[in-house]
Amino acid sequence: MQSSFDAQNAAVRAICADHADQPTPLLPILHAVQAHLGYVPDTSIGEIAYALNQTRAEIFGVLSFYHDFRREPPKLHTLKVCRAEACQAVGGRAVWSAAASAADNGGDVDVEAVYCLGNCACAPAVQLNGHTLGRVTPERVSNLVAGGNQAEVSS
Amino acid sequence: MTYFIARDSAALSIGAEQTADALTSAAPDADIVRTGSRGLYWLEPLVEIEHAGRRVGFGPVDAGDVDDVVHAVANGTQEQHPRFVGRIDQLLREQGQQRLTFARCGVIAPTDFDAFVQHGGTAGLRAALAQSGQATIDAVKESGLRGRGGAGFPAGIKWQTVHDTPGAEKFVVCNADEGDSGTFADRMLMEGDPFTLLEGMAIAGVATGATQGYIYLRSEYPDALQTLTEAIDVAHRHGMLGSNVLGSGYGFDIEIRLGAGAYICGEETSLLESLEGKRGLIRFKPPLPAIEGFQAKPTVLNNVITLATTPTILAHGAATYQGLGINKSCGTLTLQLAGNVARPGLYEIPFGTTLGHVINELGGGSASGRPVRTAQVGGPLGAYVPVQHFDTPIGYEELGEKHAMVGHGGVVVFDDSVDMAEQARFAMEFTDIESCGKCTPCRVGSVRAQEVISEIVAGNDRESNAELLRELMELMGQGSLCAHGGMAPAPVLSALNHFSEDFGVHAPAEVD
Repeated sequence: MQSSFDAQNAAVRAICADHADQPTPLLPILHAVQAHLGYVPDTSIGEIAYALNQTRAEIFGVLSFYHDFRREPPKLHTLKVCRAEACQAVGGRAVWSAAASAADNGGDVDVEAVYCLGNCACAPAVQLNGHTLGRVTPERVSNLVAGGNQAEVSS
Repeated sequence: MTYFIARDSAALSIGAEQTADALTSAAPDADIVRTGSRGLYWLEPLVEIEHAGRRVGFGPVDAGDVDDVVHAVANGTQEQHPRFVGRIDQLLREQGQQRLTFARCGVIAPTDFDAFVQHGGTAGLRAALAQSGQATIDAVKESGLRGRGGAGFPAGIKWQTVHDTPGAEKFVVCNADEGDSGTFADRMLMEGDPFTLLEGMAIAGVATGATQGYIYLRSEYPDALQTLTEAIDVAHRHGMLGSNVLGSGYGFDIEIRLGAGAYICGEETSLLESLEGKRGLIRFKPPLPAIEGFQAKPTVLNNVITLATTPTILAHGAATYQGLGINKSCGTLTLQLAGNVARPGLYEIPFGTTLGHVINELGGGSASGRPVRTAQVGGPLGAYVPVQHFDTPIGYEELGEKHAMVGHGGVVVFDDSVDMAEQARFAMEFTDIESCGKCTPCRVGSVRAQEVISEIVAGNDRESNAELLRELMELMGQGSLCAHGGMAPAPVLSALNHFSEDFGVHAPAEVD
């Protein structure tokens, strides 16, 4: 167990060193740590604080402010569902309800609310593992979350 | 034969990739050019063909329609095909569109530098390099260009402040945190014609003396990130960026910084805090970012469309741009039509047309076929405009007189099934979730307002709670430190005053 922490911390140290020449690099570092480890573990906060000569409280404050950063390992898939007005106007509320209730029934998908994916002209919109899907229906989104459509989930 | 199909993320979201794949199989000898989107999203996936110097389109073309389209083209019977929509540039003209900022979007491959130059790219930057910074700033002032991100502040005056503020180091920061629902022009431009943004940023740098640019891009736009990253690399190789911009000896470089899912970081001072690696809390103004911006240095901070419009102004002359529009709203607005509308998309039209024309004539009315009831204009902090105000000309002051705003140019249409009390409560829920928390009116007021609206909807002391809601909105409007809390009353009050029946309260005596 100890060794996996050591490996994580070494990876975080290396990421911090990669950004050493960049002005104000905290957000890029947090993105890079999350891209590498899947989340930003609490154990990495001290490493980042040390590298940037900031307090752990400052790093934690930034980490917890932004919706994108995760402090726990993510599930296999991430489904972002737009809850904003343009999607609401064409059935987005029903899409959100379907996604949320499907997620409650288990499955390996994190369902997150977002407020606009910029796909308003092809609403309602969701983003699955970084791929934007337009004109979705409650049925389709339920299938996505339940893994009923593996082709789309793995795309 | 050359085929053009968008690789814009919205087109991809409804099957453009499958259409392109089908076309590769059906017409193996054809050239297939992947472009940005023309913004005619009801026709996406749109397939255009170039034949005898003309481009004609078919849309929407799903993968299953491809064989049929290719067959019709081969037989010369394309004009009889049910998906045939004729010449796209002619269609845009018939709609009254004047593509200045979006002239190349959907026309060329986004990162094809040669095509960019052939279609007029770099002409604006060359003009800026050939004259003094002051002359460029004068041109931007004369054009009447106002910030397209929402605030509508004259761009030239902002640039003048940066130009006149002494400093060894200055910055150009592009606000690409397009978080407003119903807006996608920034995304379209970055995915469809990214060099134009880079050119605009370089012009701002040359004019004001800045040598480093940052694009603060929202994380919800992974496709834009990919296209911009590639475009910066290509622009370097062609000498439009780097230590010797177009051989002028002037150095200008651009770095992309990714946001992390916070709507408030679209507010300029929050954006700067975030760029500096802090929580996105807003800053007090003054000092203005133009004087003390990124790392307390003078900083040009403009939205994507604002910056991307300056090349056309420099290339074609300020007077041409200034001559379009009405009153103090000059040039074209990149209007984004979305929601419950038959023909959603991007319409670049001169200021001064009416909402009714845009929604009913260009947009074709509601998608559901039910009567249009309202449109929210200018994003989630914009007002819900009732149908009786649809004759208002679209302009900053003209909409302002109706307690509405242009914002970033988004128009979201709703039919008569909308529950306006629910929309008002949602506006406050959104304000609450996305508040940075620095000031009390926004942080607490948005929570309290949800409670009061819920009381009204539940039928408890409706009239007195409606009065309390109005007072609360006035306090938020007057007392918040930035536009997030300051503008948030607009959707709530417009819903309450124009659609009082949805709240079960009496209409106010005067609704203007």
